[in-house]
Formats: sequence, structure tokens, C-alpha cells
Amino acid sequence: MSKNKYEKIHHYKIHRRHPNRSLGGDIAINIFLFLLGFVFLIPIIYAITNSLKPLSELFRFPPTLFVVKNPTFNNFSDLFVTMGQSWVPFSRYLFNTVFLTVVGTVGHIFIASMAAYVLAKYDFPGGKFFFSLIVTTLMFSGYITGIPNYIIQCRLHMIDTYWALLIPAFAAPIGLYLMKQFMVNIPDSLIEAAKIDGANEWTIFINLIMPNVKPAWLTMMIFSVQSLWNNSASTVIYTESKKTLVYALSQITVNNIARTGQAAAVTVITMIVPLALYILSQSQIMETMATSGLKD
Amino acid sequence: MKEIWKKYSEHKKLERQLNWRKAKKMKICYLFILPFAVFFFVSYILPMITSIFYSFTNFNMLEKPKFVGLQNYTTLLLQDDVNQIAVKNTFIIALITGPIGYILAFVIAWLINELPKWARSVMVVVFYAPSIAGTVYTIFGTLFRGDMYGWMNAFLINNGFTSSPILFLTDPKYIMKVIIPVILWTGLGTGFLSFVAGLKGIDQSQYEAGYIDGIQNRWQELWYITLPNMKPMLMFGAVMQITTAFNVCDIPRYLAGFPSTDYAARTVVLHMLDHAYNRFELGYASAIATLLFIVMIVCNKVIQSLLEKVGQ
Repeated sequence: MSKNKYEKIHHYKIHRRHPNRSLGGDIAINIFLFLLGFVFLIPIIYAITNSLKPLSELFRFPPTLFVVKNPTFNNFSDLFVTMGQSWVPFSRYLFNTVFLTVVGTVGHIFIASMAAYVLAKYDFPGGKFFFSLIVTTLMFSGYITGIPNYIIQCRLHMIDTYWALLIPAFAAPIGLYLMKQFMVNIPDSLIEAAKIDGANEWTIFINLIMPNVKPAWLTMMIFSVQSLWNNSASTVIYTESKKTLVYALSQITVNNIARTGQAAAVTVITMIVPLALYILSQSQIMETMATSGLKD
Repeated sequence: MKEIWKKYSEHKKLERQLNWRKAKKMKICYLFILPFAVFFFVSYILPMITSIFYSFTNFNMLEKPKFVGLQNYTTLLLQDDVNQIAVKNTFIIALITGPIGYILAFVIAWLINELPKWARSVMVVVFYAPSIAGTVYTIFGTLFRGDMYGWMNAFLINNGFTSSPILFLTDPKYIMKVIIPVILWTGLGTGFLSFVAGLKGIDQSQYEAGYIDGIQNRWQELWYITLPNMKPMLMFGAVMQITTAFNVCDIPRYLAGFPSTDYAARTVVLHMLDHAYNRFELGYASAIATLLFIVMIVCNKVIQSLLEKVGQ
């Protein structure tokens, strides 16, 4: 009898999706996750609702997180009015940002993928060393290299040109790293077969490899766009008409309580583009990150 | 001894020749890597070398650099009081937000992993959104504002906890206590995505095998199956976490001002920026950057050797 009962429990346990889980634990974890997620979302929700509040509600206490009684787009339109008074037209800032983001991202994807392809698929002298350099530079932040970068760009006469921002973006190590780890998983036989058919390296790269690593280049895109879009470009660009939108917007609202509403609108505008791109390409990004592990 | 040396050098010579011949045959590889290598060298490797070079000089951008030996380093480590505050703050921030952020990212990823697919996607967006939305930390300025408009103060005063507003962001007593939670709040970082994706990729049959072998609960499962499988992602996450933990700069600069009261919110990166862009002591700033980078590399090596022991 007892043996039968044991088998029954055993049978029940093994056919559940997670045999080693207790129901209580699952419920507790879900509640915990929900609360934690809510806490993480508060700043973003607050920024969005704030940007829709009229002045009378902005300073109310206790602050309302979700409810806006009289939602208004005045903050956004005020922002455009303020921008309209600036010496450099709004459209110029917008052009700078879009131009830098698009050129930087496309160039980065292309240049880094070329390098990643040979690093992943060919064993050539110096390749391993080069990749270990990349892994080390993953730890460089823009701050550490900022000062010497400035000096070097001075010598190369790149200060105050778009190149000063584009060249570091082209060579961002994180993109190459993720792309290389992803390309390792492309079967060698595919490349061999193409070679037998008479394709050269270039056609293999363009026609065979690139279409097969779409998830990886979407991931590179999100990282690249995120850093270029948020680039405030204050130290290497002096001409006002070459500065980016995010920089101009953040200058409007620096420590200014009278423009709290506009500041919230700025926060929303700056975060909406990377966030939207991320949400649209999440499943592809996850596919890339699955290969992101650092092996010795 | 001489003979061994001779053999060794001969062997090396042969190896070089072989490599050279191989390299010649694979010219195309170098062509592919060339554009990236050039840009990479100009914007990452060369700056590092320049930074090490200038750290031994006295340089202010206008005059020629003057070689001063180790003077920058000795001043930095022995005489600069502000640097000692900066180092202390950076280590406090790194030691608290580094491990907590890292473990939090893993735990969240691990818990999310068991949700159904649609819920998992939503949760990943929820937890990763603050990292994407770059400047969202600005709202914490409103939360902790030092006057009655700050919510925290309004809350404390309305409920009778205090009679006058607390200067959260100007009083050295409170600055660090405000900054550390904000840093944790606003970024799980790239490691988190790597963890989520890695967990999803673990072969389910390993868990079934583990169950038959007598694994009893989720903790054993975590230690014996999940973590060993996740080692490469954990390594990658560690690299990213060290980078963010040691390079804290924007959040203290925005919240506490620059410079902050009594340098209470100064971090190593802020100290470097101060010397570089306000005082134009670029040699000195380079010394700070070089030391910071060495500390990060050592830290990375230690953590990687610790991670080797996972699941054993």
C-alpha cells in the first residue's frame, strides 16, 4: 500500500513542469517579483506621468504616481517653444542626433561584423591576442579614455567634427564581442560548402554570414543607438550647431525648478527611442545574449 | 643549459617562420580586421598608452609635458586628501553596489526564468528599462530635494518625523546613503540580459537527470546544475558589473553637485574629471585613470578565480 502511494506521489511529481518546486514557494516568488518589478518601474512611470501633468499637479503632495487629473501636452509644446527661441534651430539638433546615430550604428555594425567574422571563423596568428585585448577593453569606460582620447583627437584634428564621436562608436568593443561569440555558432560546413561553390570571402560574408546573424546585429544596434543617442558630446564638440538634441535638451532644464514640467518631458523624449527599439527587438537580443558567455 | 637555450631559440624561430607563412596565406583575414583594428587602436589602445605615458609627466595641454617620474603617483597616494575621500567612496560604492547588483541581477533572472514565456518577456523589459532609459535618475533629484518640495521631506514633515527639512543632498551625513540605493535602483546592466538568455539556454534534460539523481529542492538545483552551466555568462556579467561599479560618476554628479559638500560624494572618476577639465592637470588625471584601470583588472582576475569554484 505504502509503496503504491509513494509511486503515485512520484508519478505526480515527475509530471509537473518543475518537479522540485513547492506551490508556496512559487506563489511567494511571484509576489516578490511583482513588487520588485513595480519598484523598478516607479521612476519611469513617474517621469511619464509627470510630463503629462499641468503645473498645478506637478507640485502637489502627496504626489500622484499614476493618476493625472487633467492630462496635458503643454509641457511638450512649451519645450518646443523654448527650443524655438534658441539660436540654433531645433531641426539642426535633431539632424545631428539622427545623423550621428544612424551613421555611427550602421558603420559600427558593418566594421565590427567584418572583424568578428574572421575572429570567429579563422585561426590566424594574432587573432586570439586581438580578441583578448577586446575583452580587456570591455572594462574601459568613456571616462578613463576620455582625456587621452581628447589629446589624440586634437593631434588628428578631429576635435569639433563628427568624427570625434563617430570613430569611438565604430570601434565599440562590446559590439564586436557579442557578434564574435554569436558567429562562433555558425556551422563551419556552411562556409566550406560556399567555398566549394566558388564564393570568395567577401561574398560569403555579405551573402551568407550577415543574413544569418540578424539577431546579433539588432543587439549591436540597440547598444550603439543607446550610447550615441544619449551622447551629450560636451567635451569634444564646441560649435553649438554640431551638438546633439539630448545635450541641448538637458541644457534647458539644468537645475531649474521653474521648468520641472519641461524637464520631465525631456526625460521622456530621451528615453523613448532606445526603449522602443529595445522592446521591438527583445527576442532577437535574447538570442544573441545566449551566446554572450566569456569562455577561457 | 646552453644547449637547452639553443634548442628553445631554434624552436621559437621555427614557430615564428611558421606563423609568418600562415599569416601570409591568410592575408584576407587581416584585411577584414583592418578597419576595426585601426579605429580600435586610435580610440582605445592608443589612449591607454598615452594615459600611462602622461601619468609620469606634468602636463597642462598648453606647455610641453615635463617628465616628473613617479611624483604624480606619490602625491596622489600620500598627499592628496581629497583623493583619499574619493578612493574611500568609490570602494564603498563598488563593494556595496557591485556584489548586490550582481547577485540581484542573477536572482531576478533566475526567478524570471520560471515564468511562462509572455510574462518573462514583460518582466525582462520591466527590469531592464531603467538601464536603457539613461537619464531617468534625474527624478531622484525631486524625491530627495532639500526643501519642502522634496517628497521625502514633505513626507517626513507631514507625518511629524522631523520639523525642518533634511538636506539630503547637501549634508555630508546623508549623501552617500542616498546615492547608493539610487545606483542600485537604476541599473541591472548588460549582465542581466546575459543571465536571462543563458538561463533560458540550459538544457532541460539536465534538470530531469538531476531529479533522478536525487536533487531535492531548488537550491540544490541552483548550485549543482544551474550555476555550473552559467559560468561563461557569470564571467561576462562580472566584467560588466566591475566596470559600472568602479566608474560611478553621473549619479553623484547630478544628485550631490560637482563639487559636492566637503567632497562627500566624490568618486575616483569625478576626482579625475575635476583635475582634467577644471584644473588642467592632465598628467595627474592620467595617473588617476591608470591606477583605476589597474585596480579594475586586478579585481576582475580575483572575481574570475572565485567564479571558477562555483558548483564544486
